Amino acid sequence: MTVRTAELAMALICALCSIGLMVKSAELNIGWVEGRGPGAGAWPFWLSAGMLAASLLTLWRWHKRRTAESRSTALYLSRENALVVGISAGSILFLLVATHLIGLYAALFLFLLFYLKFVGRHSWPLTAVLTVALPVFIFCLFEWALKIPLPKSVTEPLFYPIYDLMYS
Amino acid sequence: MDSILPLLGAGILEALQPLNLMMIFIGCAIGLLVGAMPGLGSVNGVAILLPITFLVPPTAAIIFLAAIYYGAMYGGAISSITLGIPGASTAVATVFDGRPLAQQGKADQALSAAAVASFVGGTISVVLFTLFAPPLAAFALKFGPPEEFALMVLAFATFIGLGGDDIPKTIFSILIGLVLAAVGLDIISGQPRLIFGNLPGFLHGVNFLVLAIGIYGIGEMLWTLETTKGKVVVHKVKLSVQSMLRNLADIKRYIGTTSLGSLLGYFVGTLPAAGATPASLMSYGIAKTFSKNPDSFGKGNVSGVAAPEAANNAASTGSMLPMITLGIPGSPTTAILLGGMIIWGLRPGPLLFTEHPDFVWGLIGSLYIANLVTVLINLAFIPVFVKVLTLPFTILAPVIYILCIVGGYAPTQTMHDVWLMFLFGIVGYLMRKLNYPVAPAVLAIVLGPLAERSLRQSLLASQGDMLTFIERPISGVCIAFAVALMVYPLVRKWRASKQKQRATDAGKNPGD
Repeated sequence: MTVRTAELAMALICALCSIGLMVKSAELNIGWVEGRGPGAGAWPFWLSAGMLAASLLTLWRWHKRRTAESRSTALYLSRENALVVGISAGSILFLLVATHLIGLYAALFLFLLFYLKFVGRHSWPLTAVLTVALPVFIFCLFEWALKIPLPKSVTEPLFYPIYDLMYS
Repeated sequence: MDSILPLLGAGILEALQPLNLMMIFIGCAIGLLVGAMPGLGSVNGVAILLPITFLVPPTAAIIFLAAIYYGAMYGGAISSITLGIPGASTAVATVFDGRPLAQQGKADQALSAAAVASFVGGTISVVLFTLFAPPLAAFALKFGPPEEFALMVLAFATFIGLGGDDIPKTIFSILIGLVLAAVGLDIISGQPRLIFGNLPGFLHGVNFLVLAIGIYGIGEMLWTLETTKGKVVVHKVKLSVQSMLRNLADIKRYIGTTSLGSLLGYFVGTLPAAGATPASLMSYGIAKTFSKNPDSFGKGNVSGVAAPEAANNAASTGSMLPMITLGIPGSPTTAILLGGMIIWGLRPGPLLFTEHPDFVWGLIGSLYIANLVTVLINLAFIPVFVKVLTLPFTILAPVIYILCIVGGYAPTQTMHDVWLMFLFGIVGYLMRKLNYPVAPAVLAIVLGPLAERSLRQSLLASQGDMLTFIERPISGVCIAFAVALMVYPLVRKWRASKQKQRATDAGKNPGD
């Protein structure tokens, strides 16, 4: 896909999203409510209308080839970039899905193992140290110091002994 | 003046409290690192680390974040000089002469000049800040909802008039930020609004941190991975105490341009759309114009390093002025600081000076200390920072991702927000590739609730009469400036096309 096509696609998506937001806002009162001023939906409705106008303007400028992107025939996402960015985005996606399934700490372990060993090709000792040290650091910072429990899903029972130590 | 000094003294004492002083040291060191890492700037550091500050009281938290902001402005120069790639966009102008100096083996000279100039810029701007902030806050106390709203319109108009980005895309970015801020329960009627897919996660609204971390954490890392491919080459730096002292004595060569750059940076920094990046570029331009030897610029002139570095430091302080006094952030980083203040239960704006003087003056006092601390850490640990810059991206990137994810989870403790953050990161990256500016959206999501409230209060008071914004003198002036700023790009374009027309006409009829 060229940058030119991407700009068209993005502007169309933006315009459609704006229309969607206008419809969604219009579910509430977008007019004047006596004694209360503008209705709850008025502010987001008119903002979305502005978004639609801005998107249409971008589409018009695209048509007239006014923007640098609309004249560019370069690839929007080259194969090499798609690979570099895709690995990162994909591994974060994996981390999030795994957090739901096996809890954050176990997911962090697998994420770091993958990123350090298979993407970074770092040595086993360095990988081992970081895959253990980082989750421990996060645990100490959030659970212990900030008292913010992070999601643990099915691995929750494994933490009971640590809770006993922390809160006894 | 007499009334300021005791308050400032108390503020500096507050900043010297052991906890606050420790926050300054850690903040400056982190800021230097964050600023020096290519792809990460003050805004990324502040966005990613804000959730961690729940650990300490608000004053210590803002001091920590302001120190990061400050340190990052120093740090940007380190990678501009040793790697030849700016550590943050604010240090782009530093590359122009910093890189040639490093190639000539004078990296130490450039680094010391950057540190000293940053110090001068920081000092001048902090003094200006101390002088301007109290009267401006006192003046702003007269503001009612219409003035507040008009001021926000003016802040957004600066993005359109001065941002330099594609205008329809800038407008889109501002508006989508405001719409995202409107998600959740309506402040006046209490009705749920824009609850997509009836997901309960939207009921508490879209937290500004979710957007900020998504865009400046995940999106930015993806962007950096794409642009650098994770490969950087470091220039060698030879440092010794003697050479350092010799370099410090060099200051008289560039003190003039540095002071000028500091003043310029401060005032440019107070404008929401302008900030440190354009300030440093303008300062570089001025230094070159006023130089006796303008041809040496770009080939390794120390003044070319000093001028932009003074300006970007001054601008970072400048951008805090409207944040503290008016509740309008002067930069994306201060937008996040402002959001943080709301989380800590403080109401940014003129009342802050009367309601929480210890907080405000503690922050101002900390700026003085942070300025000193940063220059010392910077000069003492340059070799360490250079070493850290060689840290492979494959270690840095996963650490940042993890901090983003737990940071996105911490404020509301729902996975819903983490998924939303991931989505914003990917969409932000894809949009940025198409030249959609992201900073206006972050500013808008922070200001959104305040803007809506002041608009609705104004309209309620005026019975729906929009003229209220024009009839009141202060808001009228703000709106007039805003309109002028929005029209300015059109006028500029019209003049450019007219000139072009004239040029082609002249080209067609050379005999006339």
